[in-house]
Amino acid sequence: MCGIVGLYLKNPALESQIGKLFEPMLLAMTDRGPDSAGFAIYGDEVKDGWVKLTLQSVDADYDWKTLMGELEGRLGCSLEWFQNASAAVLKVNADEAAVRAALAELAPDVRIMSAGQSIEILKGMGLPVEIAERFSLSKMKGSHIIGHTRMATESAVTMEGSHPFSTGADLCLVHNGSLSNHSRLRQELKRKGITFETLNDTEVAAGYLTWRLREGDSLKEALDHALEDLDGFYTFAIGTRDGFAVIRDPIACKPAILAETDDYVAMASEYQALASLPGIDKAKVWEPEPATMYIWERKSA
Amino acid sequence: MKTIDLSTAEVRELNQALHDQAKTLEEREWVVNNPAGKHNLAVGVNEALTIDIQGHAGYYCAGMNQKATVTVHGNVGVGVAENMMSGVVRVKGSASQAAGATAHGGLLVIEGDAGARCGISMKGVDIVVGGSIGHMSCFMGQAGRLVVCGDAGDALGDSLYETRIYVKGTVKSLGSDCIEKEMRAEHLEELKELLNRAGFAEDPASFKRYGSARQLYNFKVDNASAY
Repeated sequence: MCGIVGLYLKNPALESQIGKLFEPMLLAMTDRGPDSAGFAIYGDEVKDGWVKLTLQSVDADYDWKTLMGELEGRLGCSLEWFQNASAAVLKVNADEAAVRAALAELAPDVRIMSAGQSIEILKGMGLPVEIAERFSLSKMKGSHIIGHTRMATESAVTMEGSHPFSTGADLCLVHNGSLSNHSRLRQELKRKGITFETLNDTEVAAGYLTWRLREGDSLKEALDHALEDLDGFYTFAIGTRDGFAVIRDPIACKPAILAETDDYVAMASEYQALASLPGIDKAKVWEPEPATMYIWERKSA
Repeated sequence: MKTIDLSTAEVRELNQALHDQAKTLEEREWVVNNPAGKHNLAVGVNEALTIDIQGHAGYYCAGMNQKATVTVHGNVGVGVAENMMSGVVRVKGSASQAAGATAHGGLLVIEGDAGARCGISMKGVDIVVGGSIGHMSCFMGQAGRLVVCGDAGDALGDSLYETRIYVKGTVKSLGSDCIEKEMRAEHLEELKELLNRAGFAEDPASFKRYGSARQLYNFKVDNASAY
């Protein structure tokens, strides 16, 4: 069992409150996932030519300042950064591959949680309330956000094994369910050059989407392929730069509920995670069909 | 009339108060405010109470109900009225999966749609759905009647026993051993009665009846080589 929540704002006036609106949604799913929690928030976009990365260190007292100084020297370009608890958000006017190469050399123990122009992935072990407080979720601003509360069934409870998983630039995945063919699929994806950090089944699904998108699939095509190739049961929420998508397996083993008003689209594993949203009494509330993709995206700027 | 507000009271307090009525009846009419999608509301009631839930309920609402009339003025989550024995459960909105699962008796009315596995393994309950139902509905249905005013999803009535199914709209596909059957006078009569009790003004003649072909009941010796 795990919990999934997502909130996509149609009304930009609410963007300054997204963290405040979203925090009770995540906390409402504590019963479904008390082991670890995380979220991917989209907003505060960097300019074209820049890339934003979210980094995490296992060392709570990690010396980010020194690393950033070294990185600036190595890359020889403009760089901005700020620390958020055990994570650091880095914005740099350089190519993502160059930043990754430099980080791999300068700080091999630092994990790159996400990369893109908008996304920040923050996650860790503990109750959802601890994660929300650690990263000051309620104060966050953004256009959309997806989150996850984990009750581990397939692999170890670690920061790396918690969700969301990055699946490429500005893309991430959260999952409720379990995949039965992840071992074989992991082997096949490794041969195609996809790297894995954990034995987690969701990371395989994330790697699978990364591979399909690299092969030129649109998000919709990648998810259509996923329906064919992923065996098991799942509800997925996928965050993209401009919105989010929801898909359930053809048997619809795992729950999902959607709600829409003029101001937002929200999804959750259970309605009680939506109950705190403003105007939910008058929202259109429905259960997504199995094996059907639901996508909400705003037009790119 | 007694009102319980779940924004301040716990679900356990609500259910205990309802259960206590089976020992000493003090109040027949109950209103539950601010359910906020909470699970297990009005579960295990065993007295002829009238319970109005003002909003959306979570999982297993009115499960194991006996005698009570429970109305949910909103949607319900998984397993509404599961294993109900008697009474009436009415959902003004839509229901998630496994509505009325394994229920033995009583009447379950869902005015909106019901999700997958509606009436799975039903054992005597009557279920009337105003909208459509999802896939694998009435799987292994043993007794009772399922009425659907909208459409049915894939594999309706798979491995069906003796539940009778009436569908007005289209059936995406029939499950194993489920077939369309002739609508005889007694079926029109029972359907009319069910629609009346549920409060739907549909014409019984516009429905089709589905039931078990009864081909899976007994082991066929011709298949022995497969084992």
